[in-house]
Amino acid sequence: MSVNTNDKKVDAKRRLLLAGCAAGGLGVMAIAVAQPKDRVIKVTAKRFDFSPSVIPLKRGVPVILELTSLDIPMGFNAPDFGVRADMVPGKVAKLRFIPDKTGEFTFYCDIFCGSGHESMSGSLVVT
Amino acid sequence: MNNGINNDPGNGVDRRGFLRLAGLGGVIFASGLSGWAAAADSMGVAGAEDFFFVQLSDTHWGFEGDVNPDAKGTLQKAVATVNGLEQVPDFIVFTGDLTHTTDDPRERRQRLAQFRDIVAALKVKTVYYMPGEHDAALDNGKAYQEFFGKTHYTFDHKGVHFIVLDNVTDPAARIGDEQLAWLAADLKQQPADARIVVFTHRPLFDLYPQWDWATRDGAKAVELLMPYSNVTVFYGHIHQENHHMTGHIAHHSAKSLIFPLPAPGSQPKRTPLAWDAAHPYQGLGVRTVKPEPRPRNTEYTLNELAVGAAKS
Ligand SMILES: [Cu+2]
Repeated sequence: MSVNTNDKKVDAKRRLLLAGCAAGGLGVMAIAVAQPKDRVIKVTAKRFDFSPSVIPLKRGVPVILELTSLDIPMGFNAPDFGVRADMVPGKVAKLRFIPDKTGEFTFYCDIFCGSGHESMSGSLVVT
Repeated sequence: MNNGINNDPGNGVDRRGFLRLAGLGGVIFASGLSGWAAAADSMGVAGAEDFFFVQLSDTHWGFEGDVNPDAKGTLQKAVATVNGLEQVPDFIVFTGDLTHTTDDPRERRQRLAQFRDIVAALKVKTVYYMPGEHDAALDNGKAYQEFFGKTHYTFDHKGVHFIVLDNVTDPAARIGDEQLAWLAADLKQQPADARIVVFTHRPLFDLYPQWDWATRDGAKAVELLMPYSNVTVFYGHIHQENHHMTGHIAHHSAKSLIFPLPAPGSQPKRTPLAWDAAHPYQGLGVRTVKPEPRPRNTEYTLNELAVGAAKS
């Protein structure tokens, strides 16, 4: 990770220690420290909507989408960023990625879910 | 038939010329149809080798909406169009979305039955069917198979090996490993220069995934087809004409018989194009496909017929 200021370095070290205590394992610790800034956004699907349907993101800032469906199996697919996940009722899928370009990009349901499936899409707005 | 463009007896049509011709997307009216036989003659096509088939696609029986105020009559007009062709096609192929989606299994069967009864009026009795996601994705093809049997199969016709691939009964738009293995085994029996035509509902390549115009494992099928020098794919799903090459394999989509859709990515949403009362049935139609005579038999001449363009 890139930590520039001394303050941040200290901060990171402290967190490293805390994570070390909690996890008691070097590998886990490294991951815990490497992702201090991930934004978590919950996305739910139900026939034939995503909520939220517009997801604002920052370029270069990692995001974790927590995806679930309220009724039947659906899919979340954002082809511009090469990511997809199944959205299954009762389960939460985590999709982590770092938007690498700005603009408005469509995500859509890629599991056919009925009459209305075709309009089931939303947008990632990356600034 | 675009007389003067493609019936040059000396040259036939090279691929670029062919694509340009197909790209015209012209509506071909009945007056031109009688030219077919003569053109075939002048091209020195051996009668036994030459054949025609008609592709019909995306009839969406059961659909209702402003984008086609004649939703209950368009399929019948298409049947009449085909029955009116001067040159009788060898067979008809429906490339999916025979019916429109319904959640009700009984209604689904009723629509499939009505569709079957309407197309029974086709004079050509050899008709091949395949499902689209609207027919089959909600029940994994159960109702469809009750009416039309297998969702993937092969047949041979006058030296051409036809492969019908199912990329819709899995709602996740996968062909699936089992079917891919079946395809690989079938292809193994074909020589590398076999004339192969593949029918699918969805495109096998990523045309515009943002609108679900793709097949998740379509690249695997294309990879299996790649070693064969003579492959053409005809598909439906996108309700408009589109031509695309993956390497040497040409992919051609068909217009629909219910409503046209916008060009890939041309507008934010994939909403159907509005019905134009001044030009009814615009963008809807039937396609006739004619293989080029040997040795140019890797290529097909496509003719778009407007709905209702029956023999005058
Ligand atoms: Cu959906």
